[in-house]
Amino acid sequence: MRMRLSTSQLRPALIVIAALAFPFLAEAAGGGYYVGVMTRVMIYALAATSLNLVLGYGGMISFGHAAFFGVGAYAVAILAQEGVTSAWAAWPIAVAAGAAFALVIGAISLRTRGLYFIMITLAFAQMLYYFFVSLRAYGGEDGINLAARSRLPWLDLRDETTFYLLVLALLAGCLYLLRRLAASRFGTVLRGIRENEARMTALGYPTYRYRLVCFTVAGAAAGLAGALIVNQHGFVSPSLLDWTQSGTLLIMLILGGVGWLYGGVAGAAAMLLLEEVLSHWTGYWKLGLGLVLLFVVLRAPGGVGSWFARGNTRG
Amino acid sequence: MLLLEQGLNGLQFGLMLFLLAAGLTLVFGVMDMVNLAHGSLYMIGAYLMATLAQATGSFWMALPLAMAATAAIGMALESGLLRRLYERDHLSQVLATFALILIANDLVRMIWGPQALLLDAPRALAGTIEIIPGAPYPAFRAFIIGVGVAVAVALYWMIVHTRIGALVRAGASNREMALALGVNVKRLFTLVFGLGAALCALAGAMLGPLLAVQIGMGESILIQAFVVVVIGGIGSIRGALVGALLVGMVDTIGRAFLPVLLRGFLPNNIADALGPTLAAMAVYILMAAVLYWKPTGLFPARG
Amino acid sequence: MADPLLEVRRLFKHFGGVVATDRLDLAVLEGRVHALIGPNGAGKTTLIAQICGEIAPDSGQILFAGRDITKLPGHARVALGLGRSFQITRIFRSLTVRDNIALAVQARSGSSMRFWRPVAAERALADDADAVLAELGMAASAGLAAGSLPHADQRRLEVALALACRPRLLLLDEPLAGMGAEDAQAMIGLIAQLKQRTTILMVEHDMNAVFRLADVISVLVGGAVIASGAPQAIRDDPEVRRAYLGEEETAAA
Repeated sequence: MRMRLSTSQLRPALIVIAALAFPFLAEAAGGGYYVGVMTRVMIYALAATSLNLVLGYGGMISFGHAAFFGVGAYAVAILAQEGVTSAWAAWPIAVAAGAAFALVIGAISLRTRGLYFIMITLAFAQMLYYFFVSLRAYGGEDGINLAARSRLPWLDLRDETTFYLLVLALLAGCLYLLRRLAASRFGTVLRGIRENEARMTALGYPTYRYRLVCFTVAGAAAGLAGALIVNQHGFVSPSLLDWTQSGTLLIMLILGGVGWLYGGVAGAAAMLLLEEVLSHWTGYWKLGLGLVLLFVVLRAPGGVGSWFARGNTRG
Repeated sequence: MLLLEQGLNGLQFGLMLFLLAAGLTLVFGVMDMVNLAHGSLYMIGAYLMATLAQATGSFWMALPLAMAATAAIGMALESGLLRRLYERDHLSQVLATFALILIANDLVRMIWGPQALLLDAPRALAGTIEIIPGAPYPAFRAFIIGVGVAVAVALYWMIVHTRIGALVRAGASNREMALALGVNVKRLFTLVFGLGAALCALAGAMLGPLLAVQIGMGESILIQAFVVVVIGGIGSIRGALVGALLVGMVDTIGRAFLPVLLRGFLPNNIADALGPTLAAMAVYILMAAVLYWKPTGLFPARG
Repeated sequence: MADPLLEVRRLFKHFGGVVATDRLDLAVLEGRVHALIGPNGAGKTTLIAQICGEIAPDSGQILFAGRDITKLPGHARVALGLGRSFQITRIFRSLTVRDNIALAVQARSGSSMRFWRPVAAERALADDADAVLAELGMAASAGLAAGSLPHADQRRLEVALALACRPRLLLLDEPLAGMGAEDAQAMIGLIAQLKQRTTILMVEHDMNAVFRLADVISVLVGGAVIASGAPQAIRDDPEVRRAYLGEEETAAA
């Protein structure tokens, strides 16, 4: 056994310790507000990470990923309105709903290629958007409130720190799963498809099936993120499924680094914290975001994350 | 009577979608480029139109000015920025043009403020006319239909009969061939882009008096224009026309009649809840169905 | 006489007004090297694409090992033993040569719907891959990124990928494409070596290679086979001479 930790081992440990200590320090320093901000960052990090599975690992440019995020959120809100408030019941249903919609939408969309795929995923998300707009029983255009956070035995999720820690654990768990998946047989096949799909077919892989499973798993993870965001905001409206929301998730991923395990986390943190700071300053912060994004796309196609993560091997 | 009137509304909406989708499908097909900012050009066109109409006091004076100005903005955008994206992957194009939407929205808000603008229909077209005997129809809507048909015919003629059209067709079906023919591709692309932008402004001018001229107005209609392009087949003007009319009809007729239709065989309360939902989704269901059977749209321009 | 391993019956395919495959019949016997030659535009590429399942024929049948595979998707045909190499090199450029082959080995060794266990822990995949590479004399480059190999080695890897699928029939689409004389000799040597193990259907323009390797040659003109037989018979066939002479005249004009 080695006695010294290398920096590459030390860095994740430091980040985990900092993340665990953050809510307590923030509360102690009177900045309890920032616990909620960081919770939101982590939930978006999870959503962006699920998109990373589709785009960065699966090579599919999905422009409708917010749909599964929104479906998960609505599942929890609707169940709560119908009296189901237990997280044990509602959250798995939200995950299943995200997966089910991804399975159906993916099954049709993955028959198409290139531009068609981008636009058909976009259109399906918009279809769900209008579905929830016209769903008057559950708030229609105005959305629907979640009366109280989901209930768990032993844990009181109304406590910001508890909720923060739970979200942190779920995010860490999903990142670990993604890492395993990327290194597994399945992940290897995804990488092969991303690089050269015709050859994968010629090696005997039913590529459609693998891409569909990838799309569905990502939908499930996005559904979980949705279940968390409605608990965080206490509210969900169709705007959570709007196509600009899908665009926002894409931006996060690009800023963070597509195909890098922590790309979604880095991007969500960069973008939401930038928003937090800039929107205090100016009402035109999206102009700034647009310019940054334009610059990144034109100058550094690998994403901001790739500037920091040159040493990390991808895949 | 009602059916006919709704049919005309569907036709009118479909033709306006065609104005947007035509530019979009050409950019898609000829340059192989996703341009999300197309909706922003529509918004800018409508804002310019509203401002110029107020400044000149005349809808008819403002129209060509707004179209020319929007075309100029589009061409400047193309030669200054978008040209650099043609050789990039679709993801870069999506993101860069998405960035343009964010920038355009905030710039418009800076210049014109957050309030919606008013654009009045020209006074001469304020009344109604009887296209169908006994059913008065707003003259301005009838005018929109006329403009849409005229543009469709003109575009068709251009694609089939002119040198530019031949180049566009060559570009849409085979870019290498166009390059090999020694076509000045750069100038062609800029022109196509300018044409698309001018059509955006025209659509903005036509729809401005009917809908609000406001920030974000381009975004929902952009998606519908995408649906049109996808249904019709990327790069095909004919496909864009057929797709636009299909989408316009399905959307308008669906909203007007689906709830009534469902009452025929469902309990009223269910029909009332389901009707609007289905109507709102009808266009997307249509698209999914088309792509399920024909993954490259109805009239694929590329083999 | 034994049943053919691959049999194409009355295959027909048109694109718009152009007939690419015109009621084509072809039979590839087990253990042979069968070469497909013909002028450009004769429909060789379209035929290969239909045999591999990339393009669906309008009518006709394709039988493999006695089984009708006409409607089978491409990947399922590979599982039955139809391996192929591409005319344009399609390798995984960012992976090492070993990982390229391991991916082929993985395809035929159990399900890949496994999400947990790291692939790196499966020694058997890497060992199998190394065995394939050793056989083809590529062991030295196993650890290199495939994209960094010289062109000739990339072509070799292209063939190796097809071979690692353990095909009963190996389809080689212009294996000598873009090769210099020396590399071509090495590739011809490799194919001659493969000949011992598997049936080969090969499209190739290099007549020298075709006449050295092939047991049977079929000549494709205008989407149909105009002649089929042993190399010497094909060489002497007047119709074949006319078809090729015709092409040379056009080329000269």
